[in-house]
Amino acid sequence: MLGYLVRRILIMIPTLIAISIVIFTIIHLPPGDYFTTYIAELQSQGEHANLAKIAFLKAQYGFDLPVWRQYLTWAINLLHGDMGYSFAYDLPVTQVVGDRLFLTFLVSVMTIVFTYVVAFPIGVYSATHQYSTGDYVLTFFGFLGLATPSFLLALLLVYFAHVYFGISIGGLMDPIYVDQPWSWGKAGSVAAHIWVPVIVIGTAGTAAMIRRLRANLLDELQKQYFVTARAKGLHPVKALFKYPLRMALNPFISDIGSLLPHVISGAAIVSVVMSLPTTGPMLLDALRSQDMYLAGSFLMFMAFLTVIGVFLSDLALAALDPRIRLQTGRSR
Amino acid sequence: MSEVELRSQSDLPHFVSHAPFDPYSVEEMSAAQERFYRASQWRMIWWRFRRHRVAVVSGAILLALYIAILFCEMLAPYGLDTRNTDYIYAPPQRVHFLYRGKLAAPFVLGSDYKLDMENLRRVYTPNLDKPEPIRFFCHGDKYRFWGLVDGDVHLLCPAKGGHLFLLGTDRLGRDLLSRIIYGARISLTVGLIGVAVSFTLGIIIGGIAGYYGGWTDIMIQRGIEVIQSFPHLPLWMALSAILPVTWSPILVYFGITIILGMIEWTHLARAVRSKLLSLREEDFCTAAVLMGATPARIIGRHLLPSFMSHLIASATLVIPSMILGETALSFLGLGLRPPITSWGVLLNEAQNISVVALYPWLMLPVVPVIVTVLAFNFFGDGLRDAADPYH
Repeated sequence: MLGYLVRRILIMIPTLIAISIVIFTIIHLPPGDYFTTYIAELQSQGEHANLAKIAFLKAQYGFDLPVWRQYLTWAINLLHGDMGYSFAYDLPVTQVVGDRLFLTFLVSVMTIVFTYVVAFPIGVYSATHQYSTGDYVLTFFGFLGLATPSFLLALLLVYFAHVYFGISIGGLMDPIYVDQPWSWGKAGSVAAHIWVPVIVIGTAGTAAMIRRLRANLLDELQKQYFVTARAKGLHPVKALFKYPLRMALNPFISDIGSLLPHVISGAAIVSVVMSLPTTGPMLLDALRSQDMYLAGSFLMFMAFLTVIGVFLSDLALAALDPRIRLQTGRSR
Repeated sequence: MSEVELRSQSDLPHFVSHAPFDPYSVEEMSAAQERFYRASQWRMIWWRFRRHRVAVVSGAILLALYIAILFCEMLAPYGLDTRNTDYIYAPPQRVHFLYRGKLAAPFVLGSDYKLDMENLRRVYTPNLDKPEPIRFFCHGDKYRFWGLVDGDVHLLCPAKGGHLFLLGTDRLGRDLLSRIIYGARISLTVGLIGVAVSFTLGIIIGGIAGYYGGWTDIMIQRGIEVIQSFPHLPLWMALSAILPVTWSPILVYFGITIILGMIEWTHLARAVRSKLLSLREEDFCTAAVLMGATPARIIGRHLLPSFMSHLIASATLVIPSMILGETALSFLGLGLRPPITSWGVLLNEAQNISVVALYPWLMLPVVPVIVTVLAFNFFGDGLRDAADPYH
């Protein structure tokens, strides 16, 4: 297991480096970099007081160095927790971001928990009751969930929750807690608000997960060991839980790899519609105003979250299945 | 053996057939069997596919949609940008078949407009005294068919001097139905062009990885992993935000489709690679190598055709995610821009709660999105099941 862990971490490092290079390229792609424009703007306004600050920023982020040195400075700063400078807000990115990274993380994790909790029983039911009315109904809703754009679902849910329950569910907490330090009251308020985005974001992933669990379990249910178990009189529930379910569970766990990017994508657009204080709306703003350092650090954070998620799911899978930890690393 | 038994054996009636002996007579096939065993691969795929009812229906729907986008100009009652300034945010009209209790040709009711001064809403009330029969195959707004031929024939037109807003109008008084029909042209082709891009990339890169194996394979695999660990939507957002503002709408359209295709190719490349890895060990591949065929020829002539059906099925399943991606991007205002009209651009107007409350029909463009995505999913599922008819 330790060997597998080391191997897996060694694979992860070049992946992260490659990701950071891609993101740095994206930051630098827009024609005319923000910094030059920023300086020109300041100077045209005759603001000389900021020259010292400009010099400091130049030194800190290496804007006058060749591109590869800039990348190194950026990457090393990133490792120190300094994510660059947001020119639109005129603050270091770290300060602009605030709680958003944590809240994004929270929403994503909750969504994945929700996906598992809902998809598991439904998938098992669908597979054991294949071609029953219940299976057809669930399959239909599953496909509908896959095909409905999540932003529309968010709009409708916000509207109906407002009309029928009289609650305003834009945002992640009651307005009084915004910009307040964390307290039990704030945590409670977040807990009361978080379920709507979680349901909206989780729908598509849940639908996909149900389909896959159903297919996997159906494959297992046709195999001879299960038929034998049933034939010798094992209780159906026990026969199901003891063998086929465990086999069908493997892809279930490894699916985090494909689920996480979906969840984070979904969260980005849903949070724009529902104006959640997560990374989504700010990423959109940053992209619109071409505040590329801010956008880049959000992208980096999202990709990082995905890589870590896949890593954790690989570890869980290896713990569960000895065949995997004995291989030379799984290609996801 | 006793004598009695011998005699009883020789007493049996003896039969001799005079027809010449045909050793294959038992294995003779009926015409139907013959047809089955000699069918080509694609014919068998079609037979298998036909059994999947939902997939067939979905395929028919898709075919109808794609034929429809050829004739947008005729199908839409109005032009793309025809404005009816007297009918801003007019709600959808109902089609009636009964007029004062009698069966009549399909008609809509003209409406009276009143501005509600209390909450400043436009109120349109259907007027029972103003039936406006719908005309069919009639002359209406002028258009240039495919930008080449002038015409003014429409499938549906409003009554003379009347109006026909089956799905309501938007904030500029443009007919939503017409705009949805025109939007289909963009939304449906985005997926096709995008999938063509990712198909090409997937086959080339996956082909190289699968055929050469070893280090090339490992490097490409890692590259794919890097791309896949980006959440798609934020990456699409970032890339499309980079498209220069100075680009013309049509360039932006191609830019967006290429961006969509550039990220989705990874799934196809994976599929190609894993198939190639197993196929290149087959005898026919070794034979081709021994005869001196180049790698490109071996991949293109011998390997690809053996799993083309699989590839097409997986490509079909990639299209819906591209359509949804374009819709999401345009909805956020990062994708296509207004002179170009796609379903996502139309949905951009339905961005806030007040639209849901006041003008819910502006959300209707989502219906064709859902129908198309579902149809592609079912169609792709059916294709995938049918793709390997020998199993």
